[in-house]
Amino acid sequence: MAYHSIVCVKQVPDTANVTAEAMKEDGTVNRAALPTIFNPEDLHALETALEIRENYGGTVTVLSMGPPKAADVLRDCLFRGADRAILLTDRRAAASDTLATSYIISQAIKTIGEFDFVFCGRQAIDGDTAQVGPQTAEKLAIPQVTYLDKLVSAEGKTVRIRRNIGNGWEIVEVQLPILVTVIETANKPRPQAARRVMRYKKARVPSELAMEVRREMPDASDEQRQAEVDRRMAALKQANYPVEQWDLDDIKADLNRCGLAGSPTKVFRVQAIVLTKEGYTDVPPTEEGVRQMIHELVVDRTLG
Amino acid sequence: MIEVNRKGEVWVYAEQEDGRLHDVSLELCGKARELADRLGVRMGAVLAGAKVRDLCPTLIGHGADVVYLIDDERLSHYQTSPYARVVVEMITKHKPQIVMYGATPLGRDLAPRVASAARAGMTADCTDLDIADVTDPKTQETHPNLLLQIRPAFGGNIIATIVNYDWWPQMATVREGVMPLEPLDPARKGEVVEEKVEIDPALMAVKLIERHIEPKTVNLKGARVIVAGGGGVGSKENFKLIRELAGAIGGAVGASRAAVDGGFIGKEHQIGQTGTTVRPALYIAVGISGAVQHRAGMEESAKIIAVNKDPDAPIFSVAQYGIVGDLNQVVPMMIKALKERR
Repeated sequence: MAYHSIVCVKQVPDTANVTAEAMKEDGTVNRAALPTIFNPEDLHALETALEIRENYGGTVTVLSMGPPKAADVLRDCLFRGADRAILLTDRRAAASDTLATSYIISQAIKTIGEFDFVFCGRQAIDGDTAQVGPQTAEKLAIPQVTYLDKLVSAEGKTVRIRRNIGNGWEIVEVQLPILVTVIETANKPRPQAARRVMRYKKARVPSELAMEVRREMPDASDEQRQAEVDRRMAALKQANYPVEQWDLDDIKADLNRCGLAGSPTKVFRVQAIVLTKEGYTDVPPTEEGVRQMIHELVVDRTLG
Repeated sequence: MIEVNRKGEVWVYAEQEDGRLHDVSLELCGKARELADRLGVRMGAVLAGAKVRDLCPTLIGHGADVVYLIDDERLSHYQTSPYARVVVEMITKHKPQIVMYGATPLGRDLAPRVASAARAGMTADCTDLDIADVTDPKTQETHPNLLLQIRPAFGGNIIATIVNYDWWPQMATVREGVMPLEPLDPARKGEVVEEKVEIDPALMAVKLIERHIEPKTVNLKGARVIVAGGGGVGSKENFKLIRELAGAIGGAVGASRAAVDGGFIGKEHQIGQTGTTVRPALYIAVGISGAVQHRAGMEESAKIIAVNKDPDAPIFSVAQYGIVGDLNQVVPMMIKALKERR
């Protein structure tokens, strides 16, 4: 049978390459100074869904929550093969912790409607929490299978999945619909397809247009800019790209469960990790130096 | 969420597999004991499984005043939904103020599911926990005795302290190996409370077909001395230098992510944020530059020796002994010195 998949993806700062310039004086991270990337494990989640569509038929819908700029990762999904993309963007969702985020994502998934699989990357590299997937599954009242390493089989509504459990693996059998989190060993994400890049590179969500016009027409009057936004909006409608923009009203979210109000956890303090170069004994790289060091470790009983 | 209950207990979720308690749960018992004493409340452990009653004395010996035992045939293999149901039921019934889980693959599967159902706050992968009065900068209201949930964030580049302003229970997963494992006190007394939980058959949706556990070949957490090699070692062949040094000193072999990614050695040797967290008596870092992700997994070591040809390598910032030099010369000198020491 054909399967309908929803893939949750996130645009994240490239935390693996944080430079000193990206740290503010108060020790917080200047997100604007960091390049943004497609969260790595989410690419594997997308690939899993695309492979299922190839093998069994069906559809792949991608969903992302974030600022207008997060539409970048949704376009990337279209370039790689997704059928439909939805950006959930709303200032009222800002500062959501994982509990509030999972509520919002679950409302968006309910709004999309019928599905067999929800795929998420195991975790996002900005927080490394791995919480939003399981929290979303609970809110959808469906089983979760974390750490998918391989989809073993799918027959009708019954699927078998091999999951990595840290010190080994296990194969579980479960009835759809389910939520699955995917790890990086699951597959090799396909590259963007040139033909699809050509077709979708101009796809935009409405909230991107105003920003683009402001950037491209710095000297124009407000009226001129608005006219340009309206013109581009009309062209966008005409093109009928499979990209949508939703806000919290579209998914009938209870605002008390979103953003700061819906978030139990609050960041109280942030400290930059400060490197100190003091306090270590400089051992010369000579036989005598090394022998002296070993001797000290024997004397202080570090070495028996 | 549950109402704020300042006499609420401090809990540890006692993770067990095939009737064996996970080390991290016992590490957490020690921390939970300390926090409970500071709060003047009881410390409890939640133990779910099939035929796991024998584990209760171990939990009591590691600090639990009370073990909530849910012994049920249907819990013979870990499954997210029924286990989450059990923990949520216990939280609703007994209203603990703090619940801690090991940040293991199982703990990170279970805890967020529980948090979502209980609508509780949840902080992943803490490396420290503390208790303090905290003033909310927004309301200027001071909340007594909150749990400070301390964790690296942003790829390990910052340390964040997370609190829940009286939104309970306060829950966290804690990394393996970051809390010391306190010795068992067989004389400690505690209570075992047997609980029955209704489990809807619909929750038993995930069927275990096959499981394969890899035999544990590397015991990094238990090692007194660890010799770890990094990208600077250069090749798989050259990694034998690291093994020889480990052999001469009687230590375990560790590696940085760069060495694992370079194919010099298997992933089970990896130390750091995505590998094992260790705190040996002596850690020797050879050819490891010391990215934050690596330091997060070893900086609690009692003594650290760093060998690197780059004097500006960040590994030196956490070292007690630094040797700036070519590891291909320094490591053989160390082996020689070790062999001659007696």
